[in-house]
Amino acid sequence: MQFLIDNFDLFWDAFLTTLSLSLLACLVALVLGTLLAAMRVSPIAPLRGLATFYVETFRNTPLTVVFFFMIFGLPQIDFVIGFFTGAVLSVGLYTAAFVCEALRSGINSVSPGQAEAARALGLTFGQSLREVVLPQAFRTVVPPLGNVLIAMVKNTSIAAGFSVSELSSLLPRLVNASAGDLTAILVGVVVGYMIITLPSALAVHRIERRVAILR
Amino acid sequence: MRITRYAAAIAATGVVLAGCSSDAGETTEDAAGGGAEVADDVSFDEGTTMAELAESGTITVGTKFDQPGFGLAGPDGVPEGFDVEMAELIAAELGIATDDIEWVETVSANRESFIQNEDVDMVVATYTINDSRKELIDFAGPYYEAGQDIMVAAGNPLGIEGPDDLAGLNVCSVEGSTPAEEIRTNYPEATLTLFDVYSKCADALRNGQVDAVTTDNVILTGLVAGAPDEFELVGNPFTEEPYGIGITKGDDEFRSFINDTLEASFEDGSWAEAWDRTAGAITGTDAPEPPSVDRY
Repeated sequence: MQFLIDNFDLFWDAFLTTLSLSLLACLVALVLGTLLAAMRVSPIAPLRGLATFYVETFRNTPLTVVFFFMIFGLPQIDFVIGFFTGAVLSVGLYTAAFVCEALRSGINSVSPGQAEAARALGLTFGQSLREVVLPQAFRTVVPPLGNVLIAMVKNTSIAAGFSVSELSSLLPRLVNASAGDLTAILVGVVVGYMIITLPSALAVHRIERRVAILR
Repeated sequence: MRITRYAAAIAATGVVLAGCSSDAGETTEDAAGGGAEVADDVSFDEGTTMAELAESGTITVGTKFDQPGFGLAGPDGVPEGFDVEMAELIAAELGIATDDIEWVETVSANRESFIQNEDVDMVVATYTINDSRKELIDFAGPYYEAGQDIMVAAGNPLGIEGPDDLAGLNVCSVEGSTPAEEIRTNYPEATLTLFDVYSKCADALRNGQVDAVTTDNVILTGLVAGAPDEFELVGNPFTEEPYGIGITKGDDEFRSFINDTLEASFEDGSWAEAWDRTAGAITGTDAPEPPSVDRY
């Protein structure tokens, strides 16, 4: 316990890095994921193809490889991005594929009659998606989306291997400095992640109850 | 009569088998490029670690698998390098052949726990002796004296001569290593970029994402040797990193035994030979003056 108090500054900085990395990546993933889901259900074949290609590429590539490409691959073609930006993009772009698939399952769960009725009222494809289908889709996907985002928070730990000093990068650093306090270090790191993930899980549960469709 | 014939047959088989095994021994020794001569009649005081190891005929050694010149594992999983040769010297003195050494990969962050949990009998893994580690384990040696140095892009475009020139620059090392801590503490004006392995630092230097890479000179020479057109060593070591052999805390007999073995190897030249075969072959430098063993 004393060890954690002594090194509170380190844990706090690392926690803030993990938190900001998670929030920014979450933003990228949700925006891009929604866009991709819309593309995958759109009537325009090239858009569908493009989105499917994206999802299959990122969903089937290990996150570490995505990181490697961002940090060391892009500079090879003279496209250098900062390490933190690289981490946000890696985690965000990767998670977007999963967000897209979660949303698409929600869209598919809205009965086709809803979309047909919207079209019959004269709404365009975009309008019917925005006003009728997506609001209902989002409700059903709250639990799976929560899963995807919690997994994403933990995935940010891969950034430790790519020069982002987030929570899990404290493990090798502090263990090297004082191997005797291994347990305290582990506890500190785990608690740091839980401070982010547990409230998220609670929030997901709350939202789920609020927006639940009464059938 | 019959029994005698059987006995003769068995004896003959024994001779053939013995012949085979000695052939095999020679072959592996050649493959290892020499290696220490295994002591055949060894005796130690009852109850010591040496007696236990000699009795069992095997020893488990923790070393690095990713350090060219010191401990680098090939596709067959058997490491080669200066650390490996040191461990073989000690094993040979215990009457244990090279083939009977069990190698375990240890990385910087788990070396103490491997010794404390007795997963390994000793750790020879570019292991810097320092006081906070001495609280958990004991060190024999040192058997080599390294120093922290700086690697830059070939031609040294920024004119870096030493750690003071790193102020305001982006310098790369590995998280959880002593060199990274050294920069953090004593050269805080330098911006640290920390990866988990040194090969990523080399990639980042190649891409121009960092201006310099810093760690122990022996590790850097390995990297420079791999890409002499791209990297060069500043060659101005600014710390002292005595490499020791980690063993269980309080095992003073084993520690003295290793120290004796090391000193003997310093004197009879086998230490220098080991250097020439491994790290020296990569860097092209002669064996340095052996360090003096610290019997604390």
